[in-house]
Amino acid sequence: MSVKVYLSAVSLVGPGLDSWQQSQAVLLGAQSYVRKDLPNFSPVILPANERRRTTPLIKLALHVAEQCIGADLSIAQQYATVFASSDGDHGITDKMCKALALPNRPVSPTNFHNSVHNAPAGYWAIAAEAQYNANSLSACNETFAAGLIEAAIFTLIEQQPVLMVAYDMPAPPPLDKVRHLDAAFAVAMCLSGSREANSLVELEMDLNYELDTQYSVCEDKALDRLRLGNPAARALPLLQAIAKKTATVTGVVIPHVQSSALNIKIKHF
Amino acid sequence: MAIKPLTLSCYTVTNALGAGNAASLSALQQERSGLRKNDFTDCDLDTYIGRVAALEDIALPESLLEFDCRNNRLAYLALQQDNFTEAVLSARVKYGASRIAVFLGTSTSGIRETEIAYAKLDASGQLPENFNYTKTHNNFSLADFVQHYFELNGVAHVVSTACSSSAKVFASAYRYMQAGFCDAAIVGGVDSLCLSTLYGFNSLQLISEHKCTPWGKNRSGINIGEGAGFALLESPNNLNPETLNPDNLKLDNGTPENKDELQLLGYGESSDAYHMSTPHPEGRGAAQAMQAALDSADLNATDIDYINLHGTATPSNDSAEDKAVVAIFGTHTPASSTKGWTGHALGAAGITEVVFGCLAMKNNFIPINLNTIEQDATTKANIVLQKDSATINKFISNSFGFGGSNCSLIIGRKEVLLC
Repeated sequence: MSVKVYLSAVSLVGPGLDSWQQSQAVLLGAQSYVRKDLPNFSPVILPANERRRTTPLIKLALHVAEQCIGADLSIAQQYATVFASSDGDHGITDKMCKALALPNRPVSPTNFHNSVHNAPAGYWAIAAEAQYNANSLSACNETFAAGLIEAAIFTLIEQQPVLMVAYDMPAPPPLDKVRHLDAAFAVAMCLSGSREANSLVELEMDLNYELDTQYSVCEDKALDRLRLGNPAARALPLLQAIAKKTATVTGVVIPHVQSSALNIKIKHF
Repeated sequence: MAIKPLTLSCYTVTNALGAGNAASLSALQQERSGLRKNDFTDCDLDTYIGRVAALEDIALPESLLEFDCRNNRLAYLALQQDNFTEAVLSARVKYGASRIAVFLGTSTSGIRETEIAYAKLDASGQLPENFNYTKTHNNFSLADFVQHYFELNGVAHVVSTACSSSAKVFASAYRYMQAGFCDAAIVGGVDSLCLSTLYGFNSLQLISEHKCTPWGKNRSGINIGEGAGFALLESPNNLNPETLNPDNLKLDNGTPENKDELQLLGYGESSDAYHMSTPHPEGRGAAQAMQAALDSADLNATDIDYINLHGTATPSNDSAEDKAVVAIFGTHTPASSTKGWTGHALGAAGITEVVFGCLAMKNNFIPINLNTIEQDATTKANIVLQKDSATINKFISNSFGFGGSNCSLIIGRKEVLLC
């Protein structure tokens, strides 16, 4: 049981990691990771009227997605999508639950329609005019592995390219105290089931149910704190292996549900 | 090319009609709605709801108490109906704990716990100490709970694409099985009443103060319901037909239902790419999902005997879905929405309506479009308003959600080769 898929583009954003290009030195270990505040994102793919209605989490997801698609956003409509987020939109949950605790329960209609877990997927489909399958899922702290497997199996079985986006953002108080995420982080990957001219690496994945599996970590302690501080940032060891353009096949082990593991072998072209 | 059919080797629903398939079947046959005047705690909206009785009194087992919330109580109640638990435990012996996938849908998970916690903020604005967000409200809670209940550790996730959630899980399950990542899958979904959806849909002016009337002349919106449903999917090659589908259901006339094997024959998924909370007015994405389902089943529209509509009873959904249905199936295929029985169970609507279709197919009737007296004259689909017996060999079930997320599933009897 294993699947092989091909990655043609990748992007990430996190505090101090503005883009894939800008993050190379940190990912390769040539520079120490230094945490900086994240800017506010303003995805260009969103029409201005939609941008006003969206939240910071939706903008984070759409920003990393459009970075992954690249300069020609018109190709976005060829991709099916998998949007993977452990927690969804804590900011909206906070606003909704606060409103519901007030007399007359003044829930805002915009907050309500933004409250669905697939809000980023929906805004992306509208902005990209993408009419194919859009999935939206959660596997709590193991959401990155679950989203990547879903995307890989989708592209393999349906023979259609897929854009996978994983993203999560810290909660405002008082939710932050019961569910603490350390920082915002998002990652996106374009995957296909067969090798194309623009394929960068082959990813071969299988699952491992051994109990004493050691998960891959980031050697840079600050970067590893980021990895553990956000479910989407569990991708960091894989992103480091992708950045390292070695001739040999490398392997990473990412946490998967119920203490199992996703093994990924990375082969560069 | 057609997909390889998967057998629904066990399935169950729990909703406002009661716990288990027999309660839903008798209500469907006797045309008895489960909707009641809104009596949900802390909610003063003038509407009808589909509430599951006595959920407040359900106690989770000691070992699973950290998952305690309305949504997981409803899941727990549903898992104990129709020998579903026994079926999964025997599948676990057959395949192993890591080879049974868990793909479930929900739209709001255990958000009711967070609503209750926010109503109890202390003087310094903190949430109560005993509130466990991760095990109740986080979207994965439902699948995590079910994995713990059955002691499974295979692939799992929760799909949350609003009202298409528990339909899309069937497509995921098919793909994972094809890719060799599981041998069987528990699919389905659970959504439970909460203030977020009641007041949220109310803020969009989509809640009806009457019992909902899908496709009705004066339809005025939805009734929110809650429900849970599960199906165990397996490859037909791994099954012994003699052991399938325990005879726990009887027809009105006392004869046992037929023992045909029911299978997932096709699925179609699409995105409207139009608006977050309003369907494409021509039903573009809905039609794409239905056509993709037919294509993946290698069937023609004329092969379908019954359409279970999404049919929420909002003016815009029914009008858009009508156009899509007519574009694909024309105006003859019998169609009905079963929201008049249960209300709109949101993330559990997909599995609820797949199981309703299975019950209808096994018992040779087409559920009427309950509560609707007169069909909206601007719609053209063949809406079933009068009870009739009918043989259904294949049906399609539609589920459409916010974010323009569409999914259609085709279920049929296993083809019997005549020698």
